[in-house]
Amino acid sequence: MSRSLILGAVLSSLVLLAALISFVWTPYDHAALDIPAKLQPPNAQHWFGTDHFGRDMFSMIMVGARTSIAVALVAVGIGMALGVPLGLTAAARKGSWLDEVIMRGNDLVFAFPSLVIAILITAVFGAGAINAIIAIGIFNIPVFARITRGAALSLWEREFILAARVSGKGAARISAEHILPNVANLLIVQGTIQFSLGILAEAGLSYVGLGAQPPTPSWGRMLADAQTMVSFAPHLALIPGLAIIVTVLGLNLLGDGLRDWLDPRIRVARA
Amino acid sequence: MLRYAFKRLISLVISLAVASVVIFAVIEIAPGDPASFMLGVNAQPDTLAALRAELGLDMSKLDRYFNWIGGMLGGDFGTSYTYRTPVSQMIADRLWVSLPLALYALTLSTLIAFPAGIYAAARRGKPGDLTVMGATQLGIAVPNFWFAMMLVLIFAINLRWFNAGGFAGWDKGFWTGLHSLTLPAIALALPQAAILARVMRSSLLDILGEDFMRTARAKGLSRRQALWRHGVRNALIPVLTIIGLQFSFLLAGSIIIEQVFYLPGLGRLVFQAISARDLIVVESVVMLLVFAVIAVNFLVDLAYAAVDPRLRSRT
Repeated sequence: MSRSLILGAVLSSLVLLAALISFVWTPYDHAALDIPAKLQPPNAQHWFGTDHFGRDMFSMIMVGARTSIAVALVAVGIGMALGVPLGLTAAARKGSWLDEVIMRGNDLVFAFPSLVIAILITAVFGAGAINAIIAIGIFNIPVFARITRGAALSLWEREFILAARVSGKGAARISAEHILPNVANLLIVQGTIQFSLGILAEAGLSYVGLGAQPPTPSWGRMLADAQTMVSFAPHLALIPGLAIIVTVLGLNLLGDGLRDWLDPRIRVARA
Repeated sequence: MLRYAFKRLISLVISLAVASVVIFAVIEIAPGDPASFMLGVNAQPDTLAALRAELGLDMSKLDRYFNWIGGMLGGDFGTSYTYRTPVSQMIADRLWVSLPLALYALTLSTLIAFPAGIYAAARRGKPGDLTVMGATQLGIAVPNFWFAMMLVLIFAINLRWFNAGGFAGWDKGFWTGLHSLTLPAIALALPQAAILARVMRSSLLDILGEDFMRTARAKGLSRRQALWRHGVRNALIPVLTIIGLQFSFLLAGSIIIEQVFYLPGLGRLVFQAISARDLIVVESVVMLLVFAVIAVNFLVDLAYAAVDPRLRSRT
């Protein structure tokens, strides 16, 4: 196991753990106002300090992790649930009109500047976590469709698939029983990377006020709130930013490490 | 080559047509009638009807779609519901901020990424390479709007080298304008530079393993000469694609960065229009950005095919 795999796994599980623990315990109530204790820098009572309402930043970061993970995870789920079957179908019907339609549709979604469309969707249908999930999820579909098709195409040329065809299995059954298990590793790696991109996208959308709405804490909105106070309370901006960086870095390292670990044959430098 | 260009042009037109239908449809199903939003709840029915007629809201959806598309093709983007000024004028004004910002960021990103990527590739596996790769991992993980806030904290609030926000305007001189775009451009460039440096490195590493590189060494070139004369030049092809993709990404990414620096660019225009339900502006700006992305990708593909004839057969 590589160093990046271990470091990535440690950082990612740290964030995941914080999010899970926040369901049963946080040092303070994340929404409890304590005006006299406002804007404290990190100290023994408040490990990450307090915000302009005296809320405990550590508790807010823990609960915010929940929002980030939930949004990014469901968005990856949407991408996989729709993208993988599309990719498998396109590969099984290679060269047919169906393949053509699926791949052209993919190209089209790719051509859209994702952030702009996410803003359009959330602006039109209202800001909120659900719409943010949909907006991010849509752009995960072509990613998974393309990677599945690419990997599946080379598998279809292999002899064990030929054997399966000779034994009378149909395309759908071969895709499910033989192709899918063989592309699973690739999907796990890509899923990790899309997960980290989802965390960044969610932070960006909540920063401009289009993600999860108050009172649900989110790292992006904590940064937006901090913006006017950064000159006298820099910890308000520093801490949520570091939380995002740790999470994204952890997931990226995990993705890189998993790729090398799951498939030692390809040790390509990730662009 | 012409055949290839023609085929790509057709797919460009189809993409744009589908994109326009999607954008129009999304805006159409948006809840809320712009006319009643503008006049408020106490509007008289006949005033409302008059305004709806003026804005063209009483036409059928199909007519309105073709009006919008036809207008855009002729450079007429409609009239803003709230400002009552031509949308094309509003966009043109804002483009003078967003476009230079994207170009500035692209230049910075390239200037950082090329040396970093080449350096890392030349020292593959050594401490220098690992440092650069570690830095790029970090660069990819940093949200650019957060990095922007940190730049403001350090260079505007503490050191006072730059203004914390706002745009001086080009009429005060080129350098004054450029100065006020510097922090936003750095913030935008950083994550892109990290990605570009990684592409540069891996592309160069692929080339370094090629036979012609060994031939170059065998005919007496030093490592450094071979790297610069044959390696870097050949490694540029995939790098150029990424630069093309990044340009559109920077144009779109500036939407959030403009919020941090209160820059009067396309991003702020979109957000103001969204909160005022000025949907014609939203629709047109989004269409313009999509057009920019698709057009840049088209040009990159053509440039690619011109450089490398093998790619023409692949459609």
